[in-house]
Amino acid sequence: MLAVLAGLALAVWAPAAMAAWDLQQLMDLLAQTKSGRATFVEKKHIALLDKPVESSGELLYTAPDRLEKRTLKPKPESMQVNGGELVIERGRQKYQLQLQAYPELAAFIDSIRGTLAGDRGALERSYRLSLEGSAERWTLQLQPVDPKMQAVIQRIRISGVRNQVRSIDIAQADGDSSSMVIEQAAP
Amino acid sequence: MTASAPRRRLAAIALWLAFLAGCALVISRTQFTTDLSAFLPRTPTPEQQLLKDQLTEGLASRLMLVGIEGADAPTRARLSRHIAQRLRADPAFASVSNGEPINTARDREFLQANRYVLSPMVTPERFSEQGLHTALGESIDLLASPAGLMVKSLLPRDPTGEMVQLLGQFDTGSQPRQIEGAWASRDGQRALLLLQTRASGSDTDAQQHAMGAVRQAFNATAGQSGASLVMTGPGVFSVTSRDTIESQVSRLSLVSVALIAGLLLLVYRSVGALLLGFLPVVTGALAGVAAVSLGFGSVHGITLGFGTALIGEAVDYSIYLFVQSEDAGADSQHWVKRFWPTIRLGVLTSIAGFASLLLSGFPGLAQLGLYSIAGLLTAAAVTRYVLPHLLPAGFRIHDVSAIGRVLQSLAARAPALRWPAAALLLAACAVLAGKHGSLFNDKISSLSPVSQADVALDERLRADMGAPDVRYVVVVSGDSREAVLQTAEQVSGVLQAQVERGQIARFDSPSRYLPSLAAQRARQASLPPPEQLQARLARAVQGLPVRAEVFAPFLADVAAARSRPLLQPGDLEKTSMAMALDALLVGKAQRWSALLPLTAPKGGSIQAPDIRAALAAASLPGVLFVDMKTESDRLYAGYLHEAIALSLGGLVAIVALLLVVFRSPARVLRTLTPLAAAVVTVTAGLAALGQQLIILHLVGLLLVVAVGSNYALFFDRPDPAAPIAPRILASMLLANLTTVAGFGLLAFSGVSILQAMGATVAPGVILALLYAAIFARRPHA
Repeated sequence: MLAVLAGLALAVWAPAAMAAWDLQQLMDLLAQTKSGRATFVEKKHIALLDKPVESSGELLYTAPDRLEKRTLKPKPESMQVNGGELVIERGRQKYQLQLQAYPELAAFIDSIRGTLAGDRGALERSYRLSLEGSAERWTLQLQPVDPKMQAVIQRIRISGVRNQVRSIDIAQADGDSSSMVIEQAAP
Repeated sequence: MTASAPRRRLAAIALWLAFLAGCALVISRTQFTTDLSAFLPRTPTPEQQLLKDQLTEGLASRLMLVGIEGADAPTRARLSRHIAQRLRADPAFASVSNGEPINTARDREFLQANRYVLSPMVTPERFSEQGLHTALGESIDLLASPAGLMVKSLLPRDPTGEMVQLLGQFDTGSQPRQIEGAWASRDGQRALLLLQTRASGSDTDAQQHAMGAVRQAFNATAGQSGASLVMTGPGVFSVTSRDTIESQVSRLSLVSVALIAGLLLLVYRSVGALLLGFLPVVTGALAGVAAVSLGFGSVHGITLGFGTALIGEAVDYSIYLFVQSEDAGADSQHWVKRFWPTIRLGVLTSIAGFASLLLSGFPGLAQLGLYSIAGLLTAAAVTRYVLPHLLPAGFRIHDVSAIGRVLQSLAARAPALRWPAAALLLAACAVLAGKHGSLFNDKISSLSPVSQADVALDERLRADMGAPDVRYVVVVSGDSREAVLQTAEQVSGVLQAQVERGQIARFDSPSRYLPSLAAQRARQASLPPPEQLQARLARAVQGLPVRAEVFAPFLADVAAARSRPLLQPGDLEKTSMAMALDALLVGKAQRWSALLPLTAPKGGSIQAPDIRAALAAASLPGVLFVDMKTESDRLYAGYLHEAIALSLGGLVAIVALLLVVFRSPARVLRTLTPLAAAVVTVTAGLAALGQQLIILHLVGLLLVVAVGSNYALFFDRPDPAAPIAPRILASMLLANLTTVAGFGLLAFSGVSILQAMGATVAPGVILALLYAAIFARRPHA
């Protein structure tokens, strides 16, 4: 009898829960994507340089922790993150770094990787999260918790449509900024 | 008795005492070792020398891997940090790494300050207008890349990107994962620390002290956390080996002396006889140790362990004297006349067998050979020339003729067992033929006193650290630091080409951390004077989205670098690079070596002939390419083949000796038949039980021949019609029992090489005695 009542209550409440848009749902939605491929165009505003630098290429993601950014223009370059290892290849040069030795860089990479994976725990370890908008058009804002990280990055703003990330904007503490527009490739 | 007898007696005793004093003096100055030295070649090839240096003094020998297990991950990480903090204050440790960023700031500061002499990219072309333009363009591209975040702050000081270059070069990319801010194993169940002791791995005392310090640091912080500590590494191995050998040797010698003494007391029924009987043994043991000390400069613990077993054989001579001279109630002169020639021949046979071991390039084996020869010779000589003088007038031991008579009737019936014995031998030969291929264990680890459990722990921790064993190394030797660094730089050029061709993943070189003075000067000379650089920079930025003014710090740094004193080894102190340099650049006076370890490409292996050919093509002086694994395997295989050859040589020497003495091949054959039968049966028995033979089994077989030759010689009498005297049989049985007692104990030792010898000799000498009785000539021919 009680079980039936409880079942009824659930049935009544479920549609309402579906309608609300919260962080956990965004995360669950994102977590469903096990791999993805997209193209990007990134524009960086750097105070040291007279004009913004623009680059473009493709992004590849495989859940849970493999991310590759292949820049094709202006110069072919690839960045692969696999677990705790970061490999940057530029022409004949190859740099291999352990992320743990560069905590700020690690936190930065985790902001993108954590969002793609829908890993709320990983994101909340380094950032304060706030979500705006609806499932159709959402914006997730990440603000670093660690003062050391705050000295480098002011905030990261990631926006998307349903389970697709559409843009990543980064505001650095020194006023430099970058914005990346992402276009999903046909599956 | 003649008038000169008392004088002869005094002279013999005085000479003996002087000899004892001499031995004691030598031994008091002797150094006893338990390290790997016994297993390393005496006259090494250059490749083996490298192996030897690395094993005894190299960085690898000074690494200690520590694991913290149990409790939970945060506790393990906390313990790791506490232990590291305590050990960093201990001068016994050159470095303590657990993943904490201890040196990071200092390392960066060092690289930053010295980047223009460290970076191989610094050439005059790079600082030309065109070179600067290209380098700046690349740096700006990097700024736009994901890594830009890290390099942005560097750009105004370092627009040519030397820091990035250096950081990429030094990051080996194979560090363990981190959990809660400390290194952890791949499965996350163990916190890891990597320690480097200041003392070399062969300095066992210092290693023991270092281990104590680690344990103390752990105990001071672990408390009731439930965590446990594990340690491994070459130094740890030498300490545990020493402990094992020491405890085994002292326990074995105590027990075997007690056992033999009990046995002799049972037979002699006289404490005086017992003590006198041990005099040749003690003298022999002292002479053996002294001889090894004089011949080798130090005595290995294993040699001492062997010595305790030899007690069982050396005591035979006094047994023969006591038991046999009772015969006919005559004095000991009678024994000398009647039995000494036989025993002397037995001693000579033993020595002929062992002399071949002296030729061994394997110091452990040569030590055993020298010890046995000196020990047996001395024990026999003391029995013959000193002991008779010490016996009190009317010296008698308990009458053993009753036992002797029983033995006599048994011996008379023994030949009836010929056919069963022949069948057994045939079966033994069949076993040997069947196991022919796998008879010998050809792994060098079979000689190590380190237990299998310890080896497994070592492999586990090493895998956790992600520290693969260094297998391929290019060694550059020369007479000065500068010379080897310069050659190392040229070798680096050759190896870099191999990296680019994908033949090797990477390599390391001491010249990366400390470039040769010549290279440093050349790099300094590549830096243009300030005004010139400023002018070139102004032109170089044309077409790039950056203003020249941004690079004011760069101009200042280059100006400072031009007049900076050249980098010296001392400048690296307290940086992570010091440890690397220490490992890769080894030097003493006029002998310097630079080591350039190579890492195989992921999932592939290094094609040694290709690398060797590339190095040969460069024809650089004093450059050697070494494959450590092949070298160590080859080393042991060499020992094993040599030991087999030497054992056969010993056999030939014994046959030759008997031929010369007997002048009768038939008699030689008769003497050797029971010995050969014993050797075949024991070997087959070991093989059937699944024991693979190591070098020490061969030494054991040699001992079976040496000891057994006495039995065979006693059984081989000129007149087969006369039965063997009961007392001779009793003396042989007693001698056999003491030998079995001495060696039998070794068979229960935890040290593989002692165990091997015990398991061979104890059954071997029993079989030798039985076969000697069975195959003796029939009384009624």
